[in-house]
Amino acid sequence: MPHARLDLMPESAPRLRGRISVCGHEFVPLAAGALYWEAESTLLVADLHLEKGTAFAALGMLLPPYDTRSTLQRLGKVIQALDPARVVALGDSFHRSHLADSLAEEDLACLTSLQQGREWYWICGNHDPHLPASVKGTVCATLSIRGITLRHEPSPNGAREIAGHLHPVARISRRGAVLRRRCFATDGHRLVMPAFGAYAGGLNVLNEAFDLLFVKHRLEAWMMGRTDVYPVLGSLLLPD
Amino acid sequence: MAGVSTRARVLVKTPEGLPEPFASWFARRGWQPHAHQLTLLEAAGAGRDALLIAPTGGGKTLAGFLPSLVDLAERGAKPKPATAIHTLYVSPLKALTTDIARNLTTPVDEMGLPLKLETRTGDTPPSRRARQRVLPPDILLTTPEQIALMLSHRSAPELFGRLKYVILDELHALASSKRGDLLALDLARLRTYAPDLTAIGLSATVARPYELAAFLVPHQGQSTTRLAEIIQGGEGAKADISILKSKAELPWAGHSARYALPEIYAAIKAHRLALMFVNTRSQAEMLFHEVWRYNDEDLPIALHHGSLDVAQRRKVEAAMVAGKLRAVVCTSTLDLGIDWGDVDLVINIGAPKGASRLAQRIGRANHRLDEPSKALLVPANRFEVIECEAALEAAAEGAQDTPPSRPGALDVLAQHVLGTACAAPFDPDALYREVTSASPYQGLARTGFDKVVQFVATGGYALATYERYAKLKRTPEGLWRIAHPRVAQQYRLNVGTIVEAPMVRVRLARLKGGALKPKTLPAAGRVLGEVEEYFIEQLTPGDSFVFAGEVLRFEGMRENDAIVTRANTTEPKVPAYDGGKFPLSTYLADRVRHLLAQPDTWSHFPDQVSDWLRLQAEYSLVPGPDEILIEIYPRGKRFYLVCYPFEGRLAHQSLGMLLTRRLERAGAAPLGFVANEYALAIWGLRDIGAMVRTGRLDLALLFDEDMLGDDLDAWLAESSLMRRSFRVCAIISGLIERRHPGQEKTGRQMTVSSDLIYDVLRQYEPDHILLQAAFADAATGLIDVGRLNDFLKRIRGRIRHIGLDRVSPLAVPVMLEIGRESVPGEASETLLRETVEELIAEALGGNAARKTGPHA
Repeated sequence: MPHARLDLMPESAPRLRGRISVCGHEFVPLAAGALYWEAESTLLVADLHLEKGTAFAALGMLLPPYDTRSTLQRLGKVIQALDPARVVALGDSFHRSHLADSLAEEDLACLTSLQQGREWYWICGNHDPHLPASVKGTVCATLSIRGITLRHEPSPNGAREIAGHLHPVARISRRGAVLRRRCFATDGHRLVMPAFGAYAGGLNVLNEAFDLLFVKHRLEAWMMGRTDVYPVLGSLLLPD
Repeated sequence: MAGVSTRARVLVKTPEGLPEPFASWFARRGWQPHAHQLTLLEAAGAGRDALLIAPTGGGKTLAGFLPSLVDLAERGAKPKPATAIHTLYVSPLKALTTDIARNLTTPVDEMGLPLKLETRTGDTPPSRRARQRVLPPDILLTTPEQIALMLSHRSAPELFGRLKYVILDELHALASSKRGDLLALDLARLRTYAPDLTAIGLSATVARPYELAAFLVPHQGQSTTRLAEIIQGGEGAKADISILKSKAELPWAGHSARYALPEIYAAIKAHRLALMFVNTRSQAEMLFHEVWRYNDEDLPIALHHGSLDVAQRRKVEAAMVAGKLRAVVCTSTLDLGIDWGDVDLVINIGAPKGASRLAQRIGRANHRLDEPSKALLVPANRFEVIECEAALEAAAEGAQDTPPSRPGALDVLAQHVLGTACAAPFDPDALYREVTSASPYQGLARTGFDKVVQFVATGGYALATYERYAKLKRTPEGLWRIAHPRVAQQYRLNVGTIVEAPMVRVRLARLKGGALKPKTLPAAGRVLGEVEEYFIEQLTPGDSFVFAGEVLRFEGMRENDAIVTRANTTEPKVPAYDGGKFPLSTYLADRVRHLLAQPDTWSHFPDQVSDWLRLQAEYSLVPGPDEILIEIYPRGKRFYLVCYPFEGRLAHQSLGMLLTRRLERAGAAPLGFVANEYALAIWGLRDIGAMVRTGRLDLALLFDEDMLGDDLDAWLAESSLMRRSFRVCAIISGLIERRHPGQEKTGRQMTVSSDLIYDVLRQYEPDHILLQAAFADAATGLIDVGRLNDFLKRIRGRIRHIGLDRVSPLAVPVMLEIGRESVPGEASETLLRETVEELIAEALGGNAARKTGPHA
């Protein structure tokens, strides 16, 4: 796909430029940090970590209490633009299970309106092993669609899966400047999603936690820019 | 005050003006008390706050302690129970407290004074610190951070209730900084416990003594209740300063002064002990490396700068005192008044950047008032010759250019408010009065103060969701108290205003032969020191750099250590970490512009420099002192705009950012810019000269002051500078916790990166108090908005534009910086695009489809 032509697309629309292929299925990575499976009209997001600010406040760090709002509004924009029939959140959607119950009214209303008129799946993560009834949607441990398993934590020997949990970021160095960005990490058999949450940190894809997940020489990091996602070969990446 | 008449009586008893046993002790040493020592004794002894301004070597420290020592001598043995401190001595450096304690012990012992004297710094063992809170010494020598810590304990009222003197040493180095703000707040707090305490400030010569003096006295909001006395400690002998004349060709750009090494080495040989000051740690490393290449006679020459391992620094200091060294290459860590032995020559490499800084450094030579200090200025390039000349004139006149005072920082106030609550519940009205009695906070409005208290209590967000997690809670009586003892623990771990960039240890790998693989690094050896994390981030394994005086090869990271080996190259990739880069002071810049504008003064310069300026006058223009020269010319396929504001690199970089934004809008397609201390060069694809001629670009509008409005806001909000200053404010104010050595974060769970917090806060509450604090910091410290503003005002209607067909002589130095300086990193999207496009080009013909189509 020629690149120059795609730059003519409107700034506001999520860019459907590059496509990532996992086991023969095509996915569109979005600069917002979500992954769109067009053929299935399914939107994937991972590690929303809603209410992380509140969790930290309880520990004595009074971070700006707008992270849930920021995350949901970003998600809202993507959903509005694509209108997917199905949304799957790949776990750690809430920073603490119990905090899902104390979402601010406005935030809960926002979430509910996003869920309106579409299927919604919450895959369980280590941060949110169970969800309270106040939150709508189907809760499940894993979800399989057309032979691709969606789960929170990547499985040690599995392939054909899309997971979250690890919050991959990639680092490159160009002309003396170093860039570190959230990224989609894939080798074509498996894909690890970037964290979507406003307060979610990141782990370098060269960290040993990723070692067993990818075929080394096929690793690609699709780095998130402001409006585009940029594929970078694994051989160009730097460790932290 | 009861004590006043007693002391006055004692003073008249002896003809010399010194009471016993001080008079005889001075006499035994063959000393005459300096006039300023006696004046200070009289003023402070009578309870009047006083500022003593004296050059180094004037017996300044002893003068500062005399009122206290005399009072203690009169008091006799310590009354029981001994739970109160008599005198606090505060210095900006740990090393200085140790040094002063050592120097003070001699007179105290020889006169048999009945007093106890101790130091307390971050290095003091916890057990002793705990004991000091219960059984304090009479005189405690300490740092601002330690005072804040002691004030946060319940025992503070008792500990400081009978405090008589507070001595603030090197006050010029503390005031006008966040540490100074903290110190001012601490002093106000101490006065609440001990209303009659007397503050004594000791300072090197400064531009505006009355501003420093205001630091010492309590204020009532905007109105001062009393003035501190200012005591001038004599001039000292005029310094003997010269500019090094070299036969070699003067470089056009750069900072190494490598061309002058033969002359520098000769000067070292001709003196007992020379200090070689440079402006950055990387310059120190490089010079040290170069000097040793010249050191045929193996003279003992050492290196001293802030990121070297402490043990190594102490070794160098000890060797200096013992007279075992002939020269030391150092940075500003040796600027302050530590007495390190018999220095008889100060060599300042590169331009001094400020008249007061130069005076301080020169003061390091010949630590005696009556002998002239000897100094040699070594300009590293042609522009620096002019700057050195300007500094020489300033030194001859004794002119000073210390930074002006500024309003106290709100993040520091937030820390102080929390500390206050840790000691005991506080009444907000009383605390507001106390805070505004500190000179940096005189102008603080009550609403601003209340916002800070709210911030400390609940984060101060418009969306008030954290009430149940509040750190401070209101008591029924209206006092603020801490919600939980844990809050006090957190406060104590985070106290202080020094936020270092994250550091990485540099550790030598112990090699046992064989190739080295990053994953299987052998047992790690000795730690050489620390460098900023971002510097190491720029390196890839195999890169070489100079550190701790050696050329090292970066092998890889292991935990928090950068593992290195000794490299066998002699041409290293020099470290670019900028521990202590100083901007050219406004005052010196002004002098430089005037020197340039007066061709009759050019004869003072070496021929190479005056010829260069004459060439410039012939080919282009030499601007008048209040004018700005703008040269526009084509070169290669590019068009260049070069201007000469002489406002320092920081201000030029900001100007470059803003001008490129505006040129972009004007359709000039700018590609990049580069700045040095004197000039700014911008280049682009469009013929800027033609745009000016045809009226499509108006230079007066381009340089209009309105760029400091929306353009500045828009740029800053995105810039990494704001993110950096936000991080500092977030740590100081206690929003996020400090990273402590050894307590490594795993990256994902333990903390939230300040960048993420910044993004969210800016989006949802752009006028939050912490963003205000960060903006204030960035505007003064990192981008010099004030200075840009003055500059833009100054040149209004005074733009001199000349179109040229090639580069002018004056433009050569800044043009040489192109490629040497990396493009400031705001263009990250461009970099990402470039990376991908390069890859695509590379992959075309091969498996380009792989990235966009399904895998085969």
